[in-house]
Amino acid sequence: MSSSPAITRPPEQFEDLLDKRITVALAGQPNVGKSTVFNLLTGLNQHVGNWPGKTVEFKVGIYLHHGIAIEIVDLPGTYSLSANSLEERIARDFIIKEQPDVVVVVLNASALERNLYLVTELLWLGVPMVLGLNMVDVAKQQGIQIESHVLEAALGLPVVPMMASKNQGVRELMASVENLICDLSNYKPNMPTIREEQQAVVNELKQLITGLVPEPYLEDWVALKLLEGDEEITRIMQEHLADEQWTPIDHILSQNEDAVLAIASGRYAWIGRMMRAAVINPPRGQISLTDRLDRIATHPFLGLLLLIGIFGLIFWITFSLASPVQTWLDNVVINRSAEWIRQTLQGSPTWLSGLLADGVIAGAGTVLTLLPILVVFFTALSLLEDIGYMSRAAYVMDRFMHPMGLHGKSCLPLLIGFGCNVPSIMGARIIEGERGRILTILVAPLVPCAARLAILAFLTPLFFPGNPIFVSWVLVALNLIVLVIVGLVANHLFFHSEHMAFIMELPLYHLPNIRTIAMDVWQRCLAFLHNAGTLILLVSIAVWILASIPGPSIEDSILAGLGHQLEPLGRLMGLDWRMMVALLTSFLAKENTIATLGILFHNGNGMMTSTQSMISQIPPISALSFLVVQMLFVPCAATVAVMYQELKSWCWIFVSIGLLLVISFGFGIAIYQGSLLFNFIIHTLTA
Amino acid sequence: MAKNYPQVLAEALQGQRYLIHQLRGGKDFVSRMTALGFTEGAEIMVIQNYGSGPLLTLVRGVRVALGRGEALKVMVLKINHEQ
Repeated sequence: MSSSPAITRPPEQFEDLLDKRITVALAGQPNVGKSTVFNLLTGLNQHVGNWPGKTVEFKVGIYLHHGIAIEIVDLPGTYSLSANSLEERIARDFIIKEQPDVVVVVLNASALERNLYLVTELLWLGVPMVLGLNMVDVAKQQGIQIESHVLEAALGLPVVPMMASKNQGVRELMASVENLICDLSNYKPNMPTIREEQQAVVNELKQLITGLVPEPYLEDWVALKLLEGDEEITRIMQEHLADEQWTPIDHILSQNEDAVLAIASGRYAWIGRMMRAAVINPPRGQISLTDRLDRIATHPFLGLLLLIGIFGLIFWITFSLASPVQTWLDNVVINRSAEWIRQTLQGSPTWLSGLLADGVIAGAGTVLTLLPILVVFFTALSLLEDIGYMSRAAYVMDRFMHPMGLHGKSCLPLLIGFGCNVPSIMGARIIEGERGRILTILVAPLVPCAARLAILAFLTPLFFPGNPIFVSWVLVALNLIVLVIVGLVANHLFFHSEHMAFIMELPLYHLPNIRTIAMDVWQRCLAFLHNAGTLILLVSIAVWILASIPGPSIEDSILAGLGHQLEPLGRLMGLDWRMMVALLTSFLAKENTIATLGILFHNGNGMMTSTQSMISQIPPISALSFLVVQMLFVPCAATVAVMYQELKSWCWIFVSIGLLLVISFGFGIAIYQGSLLFNFIIHTLTA
Repeated sequence: MAKNYPQVLAEALQGQRYLIHQLRGGKDFVSRMTALGFTEGAEIMVIQNYGSGPLLTLVRGVRVALGRGEALKVMVLKINHEQ
């Protein structure tokens, strides 16, 4: 076994720590409890954002100990450090370019062999490492026993056993980190080896690149990555080297194109040797709790029933628990604060009170009233995620997602969409691969959100008193059918039906950790509030201005003018200008539709309420056409704002809006014109 | 003893143990699979395979779900009980 070639940094003295900020990076594979460790270390001293220019979550926090502030950077969870995914590139770039003082690798003790694979990759980056052997309790339940000091001796790395979910071992972990920062003289990791055949090629490559590797990359690592066929490193070296320097390298690489598999096998062989003395595995044939639960949860039929049952329960809880709160907030808090603003600002110009009361409060404020619904929904989803169920839901749904060019994972954000499309679009981040993520975001607005379900619940009994529930179901089903068709077509059109690989770990079930769930819900709500406070607020103000100038009433506004201009289009769908304006205002927030219809159909003489006047003035076929268009209409402003945040491309947003405009108007026209044609035929036949 | 031919994982039997024989696919696929523990010679147990839809496997002590398309790219060898 080769000795450590990479650590070149001199041991640092304790006094130096006070002068400069110490950075510790948290690395680890998915499902190792890394975020629990991060939350324990930093508490509320954390900041969540995005990696510059990327849609990968970046979490950084401060750990205070003995008056020293240590910056903790949570790297994205990755299985390896190849250039396969954005997350992997971000994680390795951070370590290579920012050179954290220590990298803490959180390991799942119940999946140690696979977890050490990441360690074999990290060791070649030459940063000091401490291993946090987490979930030793879960491993013990599985019958796996690990002698951490034996493992420590074999690897030459500090190994600290932990149970982060029970807040055990984290203090010892940080003590070990501090020891390493103060004194690197005893840090002598056992460097991982690969098979001799591949090592010989690596040596050959290393000779060819010696002195030619750009800073801050290490020669050993670059040679290994070249042999692995790493696209990013190959490109960097090809650009950096002259042609005559690159040609012999390229020649060697073309002779060893499938070395990646042999290198991985070599790494696992090394891991096997390191683990042999330290790990006692359970006897074969043991059936664990996870296996027993999975017999139902992953069964093609029973699993589907369970999924439907769980989500039915979540909807029921959400709407029976949070909907009354939302209605109360909307009726009492929003209306009263709007009233209060009008009264307080009586002396000031009317536009100011109008802007605040009808623009800011009614727009952004109404979006905020969705928060209770989201808190309940997020808590339920976060709980399911934490106990390990969500990956089972993805597994069960996989077979239904493939025709759309999506796979199981995409159904997770789409399910969130029934609550609100905003978090659903943010949730699409879990999908690896740009294509899958963009496609999921494109179809996500077609999932009918709570606001649209509320419109259905309000309008269908008015126009279809015979069977409102049946009509509602048909309309929801139509949305889902259109979702599937859009997915199919978009996949074919934009992504040429490229296959998206479904490879997903199903973690062991375990008890939920309240702290992790609470932090997760808190962070998601913060993100939602942040959107409501910025982009949604701006759009609310813009729409209010359009609806109020030049005044005095909405009938005379630019928005109404637009409605009149759109009347010829509306006529094709059987919609008058008021219904077109209702559609336009629903862009601000879907539930505005009801309010706008209420204002525009209110005929002033007090003889009829707005709803009576609607029933008398809108023929059923127009109402049906309106509901279909409304359900399929462009996403609301909040959703568009988040789509921009996630896609960073107006192009895709125009594609999405254009597509939904064409689809919704197309269905409206088809329904109305179809009924006219039908009537015409009936008339001619009976005449 | 019956001759043991490599077969695709997609056709492997539920509850059976196999050795991974070969990964047939692009560099991206092979790289992702190896990081999840799929290497030549590694033992794989098929927890679930209903002949359609995704498969559930156990590799290096970890449950990994694979789409059917992915399972078509993995060649396995059956482990005989006598061995």
